[in-house]
Amino acid sequence: MTLPNRSKIEAKGVSVFYGDNQAIRDVSLNIDQDRVTAFIGPSGCGKSTFLRTLNRMNDTIAGARVEGEIRLDGDDIYASGMDVVELRARVGMVFQKPNPFPKSIYENVAYGARIHGLARSREALDAVVEQALTRAGLWNEVKDRLKDSGTALSGGQQQRLCIARAIAVDPEVILMDEPCSALDPIATARIEELIHELRGRYAIAIVTHNMQQAARVSQVTAFFHMGQLVEHGDTAQLFTSPREERTKDYITGRYG
Amino acid sequence: MSAPTLLLLILGLALIGWLAARTRAAAFATRPGQRSPALPGHHATFVALCTLAPALLFVALWTTISPALVTDRVLASPAAAQLPPSGFERASILSEARSLSDHGLGAAFHPLAARLAPAYDEAQGHYDALAAGIALLLAFGSGAAAWLRVRPGLRARRHVERGVMALLLAASLIAILTTAGIFLSLVLESWRFFQLVPVGDFLTGTHWSPQVIDPADPGGTLGAVPLFWGTFFIGAVIATAVAVPLGLMSAIYLTQYAAPRTRRWVKPVIEVLAGVPTVVYGYFAALTVAPAVRQLGVAIGIESASSESALAAGLVMGMMIIPFVSSIADDSLAAVPAGMRDGSLAVGATLSETVTRVIVPAALPGVVGGILLAVSRAIGETMIVVMAASGIATLTLNPFAPATTVTKQIVDLLTGEAEFDSAKTLAAFALGLTLFLITLLLNIIALGVVKRYREAYE
Ligand SMILES: Nc1ncnc2c1ncn2[C@@H]1O[C@H](COP(=O)(O)OP(=O)(O)O)[C@@H](O)[C@H]1O
Ligand SMILES: [Mg+2]
Repeated sequence: MTLPNRSKIEAKGVSVFYGDNQAIRDVSLNIDQDRVTAFIGPSGCGKSTFLRTLNRMNDTIAGARVEGEIRLDGDDIYASGMDVVELRARVGMVFQKPNPFPKSIYENVAYGARIHGLARSREALDAVVEQALTRAGLWNEVKDRLKDSGTALSGGQQQRLCIARAIAVDPEVILMDEPCSALDPIATARIEELIHELRGRYAIAIVTHNMQQAARVSQVTAFFHMGQLVEHGDTAQLFTSPREERTKDYITGRYG
Repeated sequence: MSAPTLLLLILGLALIGWLAARTRAAAFATRPGQRSPALPGHHATFVALCTLAPALLFVALWTTISPALVTDRVLASPAAAQLPPSGFERASILSEARSLSDHGLGAAFHPLAARLAPAYDEAQGHYDALAAGIALLLAFGSGAAAWLRVRPGLRARRHVERGVMALLLAASLIAILTTAGIFLSLVLESWRFFQLVPVGDFLTGTHWSPQVIDPADPGGTLGAVPLFWGTFFIGAVIATAVAVPLGLMSAIYLTQYAAPRTRRWVKPVIEVLAGVPTVVYGYFAALTVAPAVRQLGVAIGIESASSESALAAGLVMGMMIIPFVSSIADDSLAAVPAGMRDGSLAVGATLSETVTRVIVPAALPGVVGGILLAVSRAIGETMIVVMAASGIATLTLNPFAPATTVTKQIVDLLTGEAEFDSAKTLAAFALGLTLFLITLLLNIIALGVVKRYREAYE
């Protein structure tokens, strides 16, 4: 199956510093609209850091500094005119550890929609919540207990709730930072399935330390090592015939 | 023999026991490489503890019963025959004689006291010598018995461990028992009060003027409702209205907005406020805030504004409890997992939206617990109200009107001149008991709330 590889996000010469520490060195990488991009690499290599530059979550870390250029649909997201609130609504994020709010399932999903004024009426909000939960594959499991606390769900359900929370503000891109690392194999399979279903509707970038997962869910894989982007390209090709020695060492389990 | 000498002697015996046991244990110390159930040091400590514990326990018990024994012996002396049969005078002569004997003073107010003093000297000396003898015998006897038990097979390490545990347990029991004792004495005095004044009159009466107690109906002017209202109004309404917003907002600033460097020095500074002696707040309330509040009242047309207003005392009390609110709110806000904040920011909420919609609600139980602790602190606070609040008990909603509190009235009742068992004085204990129960309840609720909340985020 071939898909057009239209770039949704274009990063050029991106470097990230935590104080004097450089965590990302001169990375250039595109996130395609219709293909899932996986970031792999040993832990501490800067995958999360790079992912967080894409919706400016690094702004919330004291001392973090980003250099280079990142464009979303051609607009520089670090330009002074860019509204971070608007940006994060367009580029949603799912975290390593499920982090539902200690509110009801309904309120968790409605949260972003309320903030951005997406629904004028109660019915409209109900519709937003139902659609988001349906897309996140959670609706059937929770439709009878929307008032229960989001924190009372199982880990896998919590993570899908967080995906629904991100979807509810109608984003264009979804960033996922090791979304399955706290989940059991069955919940993990459910999320991977979900990523397949969401592909095409949203541009997706996913960080994973699990190479099989990268191979299963992504079409493009980027291999990071010590803050650098060593190589990236078609997933199947990267895993079968890596161009770089370091990539080969990593995927054959020589280190990691 | 004086008490310090006796203690030194007992300690000396313990030291001798320690050395002797160590020497004895060293003699059978195991060959290198062989594990032994106890080292010479354990044997030594075991013997020292066995020397100390029975003697010290005996001394402690003895000090509680010896005054009664001494008095009995004095009363049996011939000079005591001339004492008045009973009552206040008899007690005062006896107590004067005792202090004459204790302090070795020559001049006596009451001639009989001077004659009784030698009897006291004699009785005290008699029992002191007896006690010293028994204590030393106990120390020596049990130390020697322990020393004889020092053998390779003695599990001295375990005995020492138990001894240490018993010591620690005793230390914590003393704290608990003291509190229980205070509580018990409050209950007993209150009991006496409630025999003079019906509980109902006290708890529901709205007229409080202890200066004019009608012996036929003491409850008529001992209605505590205005006091509890004043306490609640100053401590829970006005002070909380000051402390909660300021404390909560400073905690929000420090945990969510401030750079780590700012937080590092601002947080300790706020906590230092908690260490300001309350009497300093009292000055500030009486000399600065109260006149200013009165002027303000007059300026906005309240001619009757008092210089001992509820507002002045409440404002300063609010300042005083800010650190309690902010420090617990700070802990609770900081305990909200960072992931929640990230989750909210990541859907595009601003930091202030995140704080008001996610972080504060998540931290709410802890914050509420902190507020309750601060309120219980405020209603028990005394110095500020003694200096700045009024002595007049009024039932009013007007913050410019004078108001009084339970603590202030307790001080007034007990520093006035009255016999110890009059309704007026006893009322202080009933007030104290009620206040104690209220703050106890508040603390239990607050700590329960805070604890459950902590568990929620473990
Ligand atoms: N908040 C932070 N402050 C300072 N250094 C950080 C912070 N987060 C990450 N780093 C550093 O940046 C580097 C990359 O971290 P990260 O992006 O989390 O790696 P990965 O997600 O690939 O495991 C690491 O050396 C890490 O120590
Ligand atoms: Mg990471």
